[in-house]
Amino acid sequence: MNWIQVGNLDDIPRQGSRTINTSTGEIALFRSVDDQVFALNNRCPHKNGPLSQGIVHGTRVTCPLHSWVIDLESGEAIAPDSGCAHRYEVRVAHGVVLINLEAGVCKI
Amino acid sequence: MEENKKRLVVIGNGMAGIRTIEELLKIAPDDYEITIFGAEPQPNYNRILLSPVLSGEMKFQDTVLNDWGWYQEHNITLHMGKLVTKIDRQCCVVETEDGLVVPYDRLLIATGSNPIMLPIPGMSLPGVLAYRSIDDVEKMLVAARNSKRAVVIGGGLLGLEAANGLALQGMEVSVVHLCDWPMERQLDKVGGGLLKEALEKRGLKFYLSRQSEAVLGEDKVTGLRFKDGDQIEADLLIMAAGIRPNIALAKMAGINCERGIVVSDNMQTDDPNIYSVGECVQHRGQTYGLVAPLFEQAKVAANHLAGLDEMCYQGSAVSTKLKVTGIDLFSAGDFNPADGDEELLLQDSSRGVYKKLVVRSNKLRGAVMYGDTVDGSWYFQLMRDGIDISEMREHILFGQAHIGEAGHGGVSSVANMADSAEVCGCNGVCKGTIVNAIVDKKLFTIEEVRAHTKASASCGSCTGLVESILANTLGGDYSAKSSKKPICACTESSHQDVPKAIRELRVKTMPELMRALEWKTVDGCHVCRPALNYYLLTAWPGEYQDDSHSRFINERVHANIQKDGTYSVVPRIWGGVTTPSELRSIADIADKYQVPSVKITGGQRIDLLGVTRENLPKMWGDLVAAGFVSGHAYGKSLRTVKTCVGSEWCRFGTQDSTGLGIKVEKMTWGSWTPHKFKIAVSGCPRNCAEATIKDFGVVCVDSGYEIHIGGNGGIKVRVTDFLCKVATEAEVMEYCGAFMQLYREEAHYLDRTAPWIERVGLAYVKQRVVDDAAGRAELHARFLESQRYSQDDPWKARAEGMDAYEYTPLANIEQGAMQ
Ligand code: SRM
Ligand SMILES: Cc1cc2nc3c(=O)[nH]c(=O)nc-3n(C[C@H](O)[C@H](O)[C@H](O)COP(=O)(O)OP(=O)(O)OC[C@H]3O[C@@H](n4cnc5c(N)ncnc54)[C@H](O)[C@@H]3O)c2cc1C
Ligand code: SF4
Ligand code: FES
Repeated sequence: MNWIQVGNLDDIPRQGSRTINTSTGEIALFRSVDDQVFALNNRCPHKNGPLSQGIVHGTRVTCPLHSWVIDLESGEAIAPDSGCAHRYEVRVAHGVVLINLEAGVCKI
Repeated sequence: MEENKKRLVVIGNGMAGIRTIEELLKIAPDDYEITIFGAEPQPNYNRILLSPVLSGEMKFQDTVLNDWGWYQEHNITLHMGKLVTKIDRQCCVVETEDGLVVPYDRLLIATGSNPIMLPIPGMSLPGVLAYRSIDDVEKMLVAARNSKRAVVIGGGLLGLEAANGLALQGMEVSVVHLCDWPMERQLDKVGGGLLKEALEKRGLKFYLSRQSEAVLGEDKVTGLRFKDGDQIEADLLIMAAGIRPNIALAKMAGINCERGIVVSDNMQTDDPNIYSVGECVQHRGQTYGLVAPLFEQAKVAANHLAGLDEMCYQGSAVSTKLKVTGIDLFSAGDFNPADGDEELLLQDSSRGVYKKLVVRSNKLRGAVMYGDTVDGSWYFQLMRDGIDISEMREHILFGQAHIGEAGHGGVSSVANMADSAEVCGCNGVCKGTIVNAIVDKKLFTIEEVRAHTKASASCGSCTGLVESILANTLGGDYSAKSSKKPICACTESSHQDVPKAIRELRVKTMPELMRALEWKTVDGCHVCRPALNYYLLTAWPGEYQDDSHSRFINERVHANIQKDGTYSVVPRIWGGVTTPSELRSIADIADKYQVPSVKITGGQRIDLLGVTRENLPKMWGDLVAAGFVSGHAYGKSLRTVKTCVGSEWCRFGTQDSTGLGIKVEKMTWGSWTPHKFKIAVSGCPRNCAEATIKDFGVVCVDSGYEIHIGGNGGIKVRVTDFLCKVATEAEVMEYCGAFMQLYREEAHYLDRTAPWIERVGLAYVKQRVVDDAAGRAELHARFLESQRYSQDDPWKARAEGMDAYEYTPLANIEQGAMQ
């Protein structure tokens, strides 16, 4: 396991998101209204729309380009759409956000 | 012309002719190339409503049934103000007075009828008028302003409505009538007596059982002399002694005519290429002077013209109501009992109620009602359907609500409502109007009732009541269909419910609102949150804290997202007018940030495309320093005000359209609206700024400014409706602010003005923005008030650091993610 510290919980707005640049692309961090934090590749499985720019509701985000809805826990698109934005494990300890850069496996 | 289309020519741009075309377009929109001739210089209007226009309860515009746009939309050639003078059946052409010759494959004669002018001396004197057209009404209104005494000859429906209208315009009115009581064709002696009494209380004078002998006067009317030698004074004399089918043209062309143009059950004359409908027609020996039968005829004629041949006209039973506000009168069928008929009577003098039903072999044959007409349509239905009433005989006089067990219990409250009870407060529609519309126009759905009566078209709070009336009037024919759609799956609430709840419960935050309306999700979704945010923002300007996380990305970051995740930046260029130095700054800024693409937009602005999110605030800082503000090209908000060069340069310009456009833009920029809002100002009717497809368009003319609303140049093109003409720039500004505010307060989120106006009706908008001057000033003031809080440039704030997290990454990590 390789946990990397990326910032404070307070840096991510509720019902909002922030991005992290990595050498292989952007990761989006989302914070739900009840303070859960999730991380996905910042690329919509549809046409690579930047998910970080979407509207966050419940534990989902709606892509800003064509309104696919992505489940933040699994990274998968909500039916009838199908596709997966890889998810990463996130931990919040003492207000600090840590991320594990090993991507979760997609079912499809 | 398309080769295969047949040519249909219509003579008569009135109620029956145009209804036939409407019916035809519904079932066979492409069969005919249609040409219509109308002798009147107006588009098709609702003749029935002339009485409310005369009494001042309505304006002519409210009576227009099909405006110019309708004819255009359906590719109909309209010759208005043109009298057809000849039908040449040999050559299949019609000819007009000014020599136009138009060929037909099918001809529809719908020439209506002419008022009967008594053959007595003095009839051609100035001051003698008929009561048939808007032209007549306008002349009467002028006369009412300039003179005192009016005499109406004829105490029938039309005569009494004319008399009442003129009295309301301040004239002293006398009604002269041949018979012993008014409306003897519709009322028995008792009913007629009650009516006379009520009208006398309103100041009308009656001269009954009198025959007119001569109109007096030298160069204008001064009075009227009766056969018995008495005479009365008059400055205005209205002839309302009946109508005669207008058959002159048909007769001249050798078409079989008796009292009217004789037609078969499919509305054909004896020339199979020629149809006829309306008051000019005689069917099975009958002529009609009310619209309900004409509309039935129109359906049949259209059906036959469309080649369907599956309907036939069998004649109509008619019922009558007098349109004098405050007097309830209903009559139908044969109300003079013959031998063997029974008479059921109810007379309650203290309530002013009189009812008489005539029954033959257990069936209703006629009804006269005065004072309480709630059950008129029910009796009429029983009569037309030939229902055996022996079961309900005991209670029938007390009305449908008293039939008890017969299954009407649940609807008794609406059944008991008086016809004059107001149902829709926004539009002032009473129950009687709704019931009449349902019966006369054969309406079956809430949407149709809304379109025809405007009831429930505005705030919607009376929708339930209107539905009950519909159910009650139609009985078994009615099937309820929910008209209120929930905003999204998170809720049962509709776009009507939410703004209402916000105002009534005085809710000021989104979580509160979701709790109050029992939202099913924790924090809504991408569909409902932007709507709630908008409704809260409009309801509480300056007070509600905008929730950026409930806004679509473009509005959250004040730029348009592109397909590759970059953004476009469109600075505001007031009225589309710029300067070399502004252009230079834009060019420098484009260079500095290596903007890949610079484009002139369709809205007369400049679009800088392909800017990265990180660069936005910096670039805005530079634009702000050069004097620009955000162009809101990304918002459900005021977009652009397009202008043309106008009188400053253009050889046709009538006013300073550019300057006015800039003023309007300075007033309206920054406002949030239910959907995007576009404005244009053109300097003359050539309309180079395309003002007639904008949400609010101004077309300058020599004498002022025409205001047009509800246009849309987008997915479904809609030409604007003409709202009104004003004389000054200040008025344009006020109408603009008022119109925008009405739209902001009452449209559903994501309705452009075009669908909104189609839903609530142009008449409603006119009434709020044009007719009600005080209301307009208030709307305008509320608009300006809310602008106080929304004209802060969002770019400047962000260039200075607001919401910085939106534009910068949280962290940069050297390492790559492992996938
Ligand atoms: C930039 C521009 C095209 C251009 O290069 O000329 C444009 C670009 C877009 N238009 Fe437009 N429209 C532009 C003028 C128009 C016009 C012409 C006009 O305004 O005179 C129309 C028709 C007039 C009208 O709206 O009635 C127009 C009708 C639409 C529509 C259909 C609206 C409708 O009600 O039917 C959409 C879709 C929508 O809004 O839902 C749309 C949506 C869009 C969006 C915002 C699509 C989107 O959601 O990303 C495009 C954004 C591109 C970008 O990032 O800049 N655009 N669009 C024009 C910007 C004008 C400006 O200066 O602000
Ligand atoms: C004041 C008033 C109140 C009324 N109230 C009621 C009411 O409450 N309820 C009800 O049911 N009915 C009412 N009516 C009656 C109703 O309006 C008529 O029955 C209906 O309008 C008749 O329709 P139509 O098409 O046959 O004739 P119209 O509507 O009169 O149309 C005929 C058209 O043909 C045109 N025309 C005639 N000859 C030519 C020609 N040669 N060339 C070109 N054009 C020509 C005329 O100019 C006219 O516009 C009222 C009528 C009036 C005047
Ligand atoms: S028409 Fe408008 S929405 Fe369509 S591609 Fe062009 S700019 Fe985009
Ligand atoms: S790219 Fe996300 S919905 Fe199309």
